[in-house]
Amino acid sequence: MASPQVKGASIAELAEGVRARKWKARELVESYLDRIARLDGRLGCYLLVDGDGARRRADQVDATVAAGRDPGLLAGVPIGLKDIFVTRGLQTTAGSKILRGFVPPYESTVSARLAAAGAIALGKLNMDEFAMGSSNENSAFKPVRNPWDLERVPGGSSGGSAASVAASLCAGSLGTDTGGSIRQPASLCGVAGMKPTYGRVSRYGVIAFASSLDHPGPFGRTVEEVATLLEVIAGHDPCDATSIPSPVGRYRQACAAGLAGMRVGVPEEYFQAGMDPEVEAAVRGAIDEIARAGAKLVPVSLPHTQYAVATYYLVCTAEASSNLARYDGVRYGHRTAEASSLEELYSKTRGEGFGAEPKRRIILGTYVLRSGYYEAYYGKALRVRRKIADDFRAVFDKCDVLATPTSPTAAFKLGERQADPLQMYLADIYTVAPALAGVPALSQCCGFTKNHLPIGLQLIGPPLGEEAVFRIAGEYQRRTYWHKRLPEDPS
Amino acid sequence: MSRIQPDEVRTIAALARLRLSDAEIERMTHELDAILEYIDTVKNLDTGATEPMTHAVRFDCPLRQDEPKPSLSVEEALQNAPRRRDSFFEVPRIVPSTGEGG
Repeated sequence: MASPQVKGASIAELAEGVRARKWKARELVESYLDRIARLDGRLGCYLLVDGDGARRRADQVDATVAAGRDPGLLAGVPIGLKDIFVTRGLQTTAGSKILRGFVPPYESTVSARLAAAGAIALGKLNMDEFAMGSSNENSAFKPVRNPWDLERVPGGSSGGSAASVAASLCAGSLGTDTGGSIRQPASLCGVAGMKPTYGRVSRYGVIAFASSLDHPGPFGRTVEEVATLLEVIAGHDPCDATSIPSPVGRYRQACAAGLAGMRVGVPEEYFQAGMDPEVEAAVRGAIDEIARAGAKLVPVSLPHTQYAVATYYLVCTAEASSNLARYDGVRYGHRTAEASSLEELYSKTRGEGFGAEPKRRIILGTYVLRSGYYEAYYGKALRVRRKIADDFRAVFDKCDVLATPTSPTAAFKLGERQADPLQMYLADIYTVAPALAGVPALSQCCGFTKNHLPIGLQLIGPPLGEEAVFRIAGEYQRRTYWHKRLPEDPS
Repeated sequence: MSRIQPDEVRTIAALARLRLSDAEIERMTHELDAILEYIDTVKNLDTGATEPMTHAVRFDCPLRQDEPKPSLSVEEALQNAPRRRDSFFEVPRIVPSTGEGG
C-alpha cells in the first residue's frame, strides 16, 4: 500500500484511495493524528482529539471496503467539527466554561450525515465562545493561531475549523456562520468556506446562538471540497422546523459547469474609500479575471448596507440573550458551588460560567428587548432587516451572483482589537448583510498581501442559488493558483 | 452625553440573572455606551411601512402525527445534571419552609 501524503491532499483523492484500496482509512487517520500531535500545540485548532473513536470508525470503513461494499462519498475522509455541533458521547463545550464536561446524549444531524457518508470525525475544533467573535480570542480555553503567521488571528468564530483545514490537520471541516463566522475565517486562513441559504442545512444539534441567523456550513481547501461536503450535509430535516424541503443541488457539477452567460454584480457599497488597498486590488483583480472568463459585470447598489452591522448586533444579541437563558446550572454544565436560593444559583452560575463577550451580548440583548425599548431597537432592527433583504431581492433581478471582499483586512495580530469590542464588530462589515438576508455566500482565496497573508473573495447568490455561486467559484479557481499555496508547518 | 449608566446595567444584569462584579459593570457600561452610539444609526432610517422580518425563509410551523416516538431516557436526560436526586434535577428550596414539618 502507498503511504498517503495528507498535507494538501484533497477530499476526493483521499476517498478515492480508500475505495481503490490504495490506502486504508486507518492510515489516513493515523497520518492526521500524527500531524495534530506534532503541530497543534502551536496552532490550538482542536479542543478535543478523539483518537480512539476515529481509529475505531476508520477500521469500520476499512471493513466495509474489504467486504466489497461502498462506504460512501467521503470514504475514510478525516474531518473536524466545530465544537458547537453536539456529538453523542463526546464532550461539547461551544468554547465555553459554562458547558465544560457536557457530554451530549444525542448527535447533530449534520455530523450524523457526514459519518453516514464514511467521513471520520477526528475531534472538536476550537471556536469563539458560543460563536461570538471574529478572532477566536473569545474561546474560553485557548486562542487559535493563523497557520500563515502565528502572531495573527485565524478569524472567528469558526477559527479552529478554518485553521485546521489550512494547516492540513483535517481534510475538511464544519463550522457555523451567524454574521460571517465561516466566511471571515476562511478568508483570513486562505481556504474556502460557505454559508448556504438559511434552512438549507439543518440546525438540529447545533448549539444555538441566534436562531434566525445560525447557518451551519463546510470548509475545504478548494471550492469542490466545500461543494462535496455541502452535498452530504444539505437537505431537509424533520428535526429542524426551518429546514427547507427542496431537493439538494448538484454542487460538484456546478463547480465545473463554466460561467458562460452569467452576470456578476459588483455592489458599490462594498468598495468604499478607506478600504485596505491590498484587499481592494486583489478582489478587483479577481473580478477582472471572472470577466475575462466570460461573465458580464454589472454595477449594482445595495443601498441599506451601511445599516447592516448595527441591525445585525441588535438582532443577534436579542436572540442570544434568549437562547443563553438555558444555561442556569440545573440540567448541564457549570453550577456554582454555593447558592441559598434558586435565583442566586442562576445568577452566580451564569456570572462564573460565561466569558466577557457572551456577558456583553446578554446585557445588550436584554437591554434592546426591554419593555419601553423593544420597538425603538429590536422592532426597528427587524424592519431594517427587511429592507436589507429587499436590497438583495432587487439586485438579483439584474445579476446572478455578487462579488465583494469577504473581510476589510487580512488577518490582524492577536490582541490588536481585543480592547475595543466595536472595532471587532466592524470586522463583519461585508459578511453580515447576506446573513441577515439568509442568502448563500462563499469565500475563497483570491490573493495574498505582501506579508504573505491570504485575501478572500466573497461570492453571494440568491436564495437557494448555491449552484450559481459554485459556477463562478469553480471557474475562478480553475484559472488561478491561490488555493494550491500551503502554509509551512509550524516548527 | 452617556447613553447608559452603571445602575441601568445593574438592573439589566438582574433581569438577565447574570451576576457581574462592580469592575465588570463599570467596563461594560463604557463599552455599551460606544456600541449603542453606533447602533443608534438605525434610528435615522425611515421604516414606516416596512413589515418586520423575523426569519429569512417563510415557513409554516410543520405538524407531525401525534404518535408516541422514542425520546431520551430519564437516565440520559439526567446524565449531565450537576446535582440530582433520584430521577430529578436538584435545586435549592423554592417554597419557604413553614417550620411545621411540611
